[in-house]
Amino acid sequence: MFGKLTLHDIPFDQPIIMGTIGVLIVGILGLLGLITYLKRWRWLWEEWITSVDHKRIGTMYVLLALVMLIRGFSDALMMRTQQALAGGGHLGYLPPEHYDQVFSAHGTIMIFFVAMPFVVGLMNIIVPLQIGARDVAFPVLNSISFWMTAAGALLPNIALGIGEFARTGWLAYPPLSELPFSPGVGVDYYLVALQLSGIGTLLSAINLITTILKMRAPGMEAGMMPVFTWTALGSNMLIIAAFPILTVTLSLLMMDRYLGMHFFTNDAGGSPMLFINLIWGWGHPEVYILVLPIFGVYSEVIATFSGKPLFGYRSMVTATLVITILAFTVWLHHFFTMGAGADVNAIFGIASMLIAIPTGVKVFNWLFTMYGGRIRFEPPVLWTVGFMVTFVIGGMTGVMLAVPSNDFLLHNSLFLIAHFHNVIIGGVLFGCFAALEYWFPKVWGFTLEPRLGKAAFWCWFVGFYLAFMPLYVLGFLGMTRRTNHYDNPAWDPYILIACGGAFLILAGICLQAAQLVVSIRTRNERRDLTGDPWDGRTLEWSLPSPPPAFNFPVVPAVEGLDAFWASKSAGPGTRRAAYEDIWLPENSPVGFFLAAFAAIGGFAVVWHIWWLALMGLVGGLCALIASSWREHGEICIPAAEVARSDRLANVFRVKN
Amino acid sequence: MRTPRTVLPATLLPLAAGLGGCHEGVLAPAGPIGGAENQILWETVGAMLLVVIPVIAMILAFAWWFRASNRRAAYRPDWSYSGKIEFTVWMVPVLLILFLATLAWSGSHDLDPYRPLKSDRKPIRVEVVSLDWKWLFIYPDYGVASVNELAVPAGTPVDFRLTSGTVMNSFFVPQLGSQIYTMAGMQTRLSLQADRPGDYRGLSAQFSGDGFSDMRFTVRATDAAGFDRWIAAARTSPSHLDNAAYDGLAATHAVAAPTRFGAVDTGLFDHAVAAATSSALRPTSAMNGVMCAPRRAKGTL
Repeated sequence: MFGKLTLHDIPFDQPIIMGTIGVLIVGILGLLGLITYLKRWRWLWEEWITSVDHKRIGTMYVLLALVMLIRGFSDALMMRTQQALAGGGHLGYLPPEHYDQVFSAHGTIMIFFVAMPFVVGLMNIIVPLQIGARDVAFPVLNSISFWMTAAGALLPNIALGIGEFARTGWLAYPPLSELPFSPGVGVDYYLVALQLSGIGTLLSAINLITTILKMRAPGMEAGMMPVFTWTALGSNMLIIAAFPILTVTLSLLMMDRYLGMHFFTNDAGGSPMLFINLIWGWGHPEVYILVLPIFGVYSEVIATFSGKPLFGYRSMVTATLVITILAFTVWLHHFFTMGAGADVNAIFGIASMLIAIPTGVKVFNWLFTMYGGRIRFEPPVLWTVGFMVTFVIGGMTGVMLAVPSNDFLLHNSLFLIAHFHNVIIGGVLFGCFAALEYWFPKVWGFTLEPRLGKAAFWCWFVGFYLAFMPLYVLGFLGMTRRTNHYDNPAWDPYILIACGGAFLILAGICLQAAQLVVSIRTRNERRDLTGDPWDGRTLEWSLPSPPPAFNFPVVPAVEGLDAFWASKSAGPGTRRAAYEDIWLPENSPVGFFLAAFAAIGGFAVVWHIWWLALMGLVGGLCALIASSWREHGEICIPAAEVARSDRLANVFRVKN
Repeated sequence: MRTPRTVLPATLLPLAAGLGGCHEGVLAPAGPIGGAENQILWETVGAMLLVVIPVIAMILAFAWWFRASNRRAAYRPDWSYSGKIEFTVWMVPVLLILFLATLAWSGSHDLDPYRPLKSDRKPIRVEVVSLDWKWLFIYPDYGVASVNELAVPAGTPVDFRLTSGTVMNSFFVPQLGSQIYTMAGMQTRLSLQADRPGDYRGLSAQFSGDGFSDMRFTVRATDAAGFDRWIAAARTSPSHLDNAAYDGLAATHAVAAPTRFGAVDTGLFDHAVAAATSSALRPTSAMNGVMCAPRRAKGTL
C-alpha cells in the first residue's frame, strides 16, 4: 500500500532532526493560523497563488529563494560547527550518515533552490519592465514554471522528516549514487526534486527568451536593450541548451535505479565516467546561467549610482555573448584528474582560462563606469564594490585551478571549495542582495532601511573573508572537501576562524531580517512616490512603484540606450498620451494544481507507491487539459481607468 | 563612507600566515612532481597578481575618489567610451591568458601523470586498489601487499597502477604531488617520487561514502636499506592475499587499520579490476537476474 514507506522511515531517534521538524511544524501552523486570523486566504489565493502577473511570480521566486537560503545556511552552519568540533581525534556531533546528507542538501539547495529561483525571479520581475512589455510572453506558463520549482524545493524539505536525503554530494556521482552503494531513498529524493524544478527552469527560459526577442517596446533595437536584459538573454539561452542535458542525465540515472538498467553502473558495461562528463556538460554552463544576469545587475547598479552610462556597452554585450558560447567548451576541467591525457587536459585548461578574458573585460568596464562618476554609496553600491574586489580574487583562484598541474594538487580540496564560494557568494549572492536593495522599492513601493542594510553588508563581507580565506589555506595544507573528522593539528586554527566567519555571516542574515521588519514597519515614511528613487536610467524607473498590473499605461517609444534617462534629460514631453483599453490574462490556478500533483506524484515515485504516482500523473494531466479548455479569459482595463491611474502617478512625479 | 580597504588586509592575513612556514600539504613538496607543480603554481599566482593587485587598488581608488561628496573629482556624466581604454582592457587579459596558456600547455605535458619519471634508478611498481574505505597497496615485484601503509624507497621513482574495487576515489599524497582518480574496471597510472625519507600523509580526495574521512594512509619513505627491511618484515606476515581473501577484503565495508600481507597471488590486481565490474561483489543484492560476464578492462582510459 505505501511502497517502501514505513513508520521507521521517520527518524524519531534523531533529536537534531526531530527538533528541527518540531520547529518547522510549529512555524507552519503558526503561519497558517495567522493567515486564517487575518482572513487573508482569499487574498493569498487571488493575488498571489493564482496570479499570472510576472511581478508577483518573480516576487514569489525571490521569497522562495530567501526561505531556502535559511535552510541551506543552517546546513552550512552545521558543517562548520561539525568540523570545528571534529579535530584531534574527536568525532563531532554529526555522524557521517547524517553529515553526508547535510553537505549534499547544502549544495543542492543553494544552487537549485536559492541561487536559481533568486536569479530567475529577478529576470521575471525586471526584464518585461526594462523592455517596455506588459507581461512575459506566456503568463500562465510562467506561473507553471514557478510552481514546478516550488514543488521541487518541497521534496528536500520533506526528506528532512520522512526518510533521508542523498548522501552522495550535490552532483550524485555514480557509482556511489547507484543502488548497490546508495540503496536508500535519498538519491531518489534528489533526482525527483531536480527533475521537477528542471522542468520549471526550462519553461521559464523559453518564456523569457520569447519575451526578450518578441515583446520589446517599439524602437528598442537589440543594441538599445539594457545590459541586464542582454545578460538575461544569454543566461536563458544557456538554460535552453544546458538543462536538457541535466534532465536526460538524471533520467538515465533514474532508469538505472528504477528499471535495473546499466548506464552508469560499475557492472554490466555501465560507465560512471559518462555521467561525470554529462553532468558537467550541464554543470559548467549552470555557473554562467547564475552569474550572467548578476553581471547585468552590477552593470545597472554601478551605472545608476555613478550617474553616468555604463562604460563600453558594446564590449559588455560582446563579453556576455562570448561567455555564453565559451561556457560549453570547458566542462572537462572538473575532472582533470581522471587521467584523460596531456593534450586533452591542456586544451580544456586553456579553454577555461579564455573565459577570464571577457570576464576581465567586464571588471574593467565597471571600473571605468565609476571613473568620472558621482558615486552614491547606497547599499546596492556597497554590494557591487564588495563584489568587484572579491570576484577578482575568486577569478584569480579560478584561473589557478584551470592550469591542469595546479588542479592535480588542489582538485577537490578546500581550496576548490573556497574558490567556488568566492565566485558564487562574492559573485552571485552579493549581486542578488544588490538587486534586492536596488529593485525592492520598485516592487513594494518603499525603500529598504539603508543603515541596517549597510551593517548587513559589512557582516557578510567580513564574514565571507573570515569564512573562506582560511579554506584556501586548508586546501594548501592538504585538507579535502566533505571531511567529517580529521586528526591534523595544523588545520585546527583555520577551521575555527572559518567557523567564526560563518557566525558573522549569520549576524549579517539576522540584520537583513531586521532590515526587512524595520522597513515594513516604517514603510509610510519611506514610500517611493516618484517611482524613481535612485535617479535611474532604464524604463522600469519610469513607472510608479509598484507598477500597475499592466505596467505601461502607454507603451513607450524607445530611441536609444538608457531610454528613461534620455526622456528625463529631454524634459517633460508635449505629446498627449493616447490611452487604449488594455487586456490582461485572468488568474489561473493550473500552475498550483499541476505542481501539487507533481509533488504528490514525485513523493510517491521516491517511495515506490505506484498507485499514488499514477494519481499524481493523471491529476497533473487533467489539470493541464482542463486548463487548455478554459475560456481564454482576459480582463479588460478600460482606457479611462488606465488614464486615471497614469494621471495619479504623475501627480507625485511633477511635485518632485 | 568606508571602503573595504581596512578590512581586506586583515582578513587576508590568515592566508599570508598559512603560506609561510608550511610543513605539510601541497606547499611543502617532498618530491620532483610536487616541486615542479609548486613552481608552476607560484608562477601562475605571480603573473596574475601583477594584474589583480592594481585592479583591486583601482577599484578602491576609483570608488573612493569619485564618491558623490568629493566635489574635487571631475564629473563626466556622458563619458562612456574610449577606444584606447577598450583596446587596453581587452589586451591586458588576452596577454595574461596567452602567457598562462603556455604554462598550462607545458605543465600539462611535463607533469602528465602517465609520464614516467626520469631517473637512474629502476622504478618500483606499486598497484593501488581503493576499497570501502581503505587502500590496498600491492608490490608485484616483491610479492607482498599492505593496507593503509605505503612504503617507498626515497629517491626512487614509484610507478603506480591504480584501480578501484568500489566507487570512485582519488589517490593523493599532497606532499608528493599529483593526485589521480581510481575507477572500477579501469586503470590509471601515476609516477611519483619521494626525495627524502619521512612519513607523508595520504588520503582519498574523492568522496566515497560514509567511511571516507578515515580513508587515510601513511607513506613511509625510507632509504634503500629501510625499504628492504620493510619488505622483509612484510614477508613475515602469515596473511596470504589470494583472490578469495581480496574478495573478502573488498566486501568488508569498513575502515581498516594498517596491515600487511606476506604473500600475494600474481595477477591479483587484474582480478581486482575485473571483479569490480562483475555483479558478484555488489554490496547489496538490490537487483537479481541481471548478470553479465565480467568485463576485462581494456588498458587505460
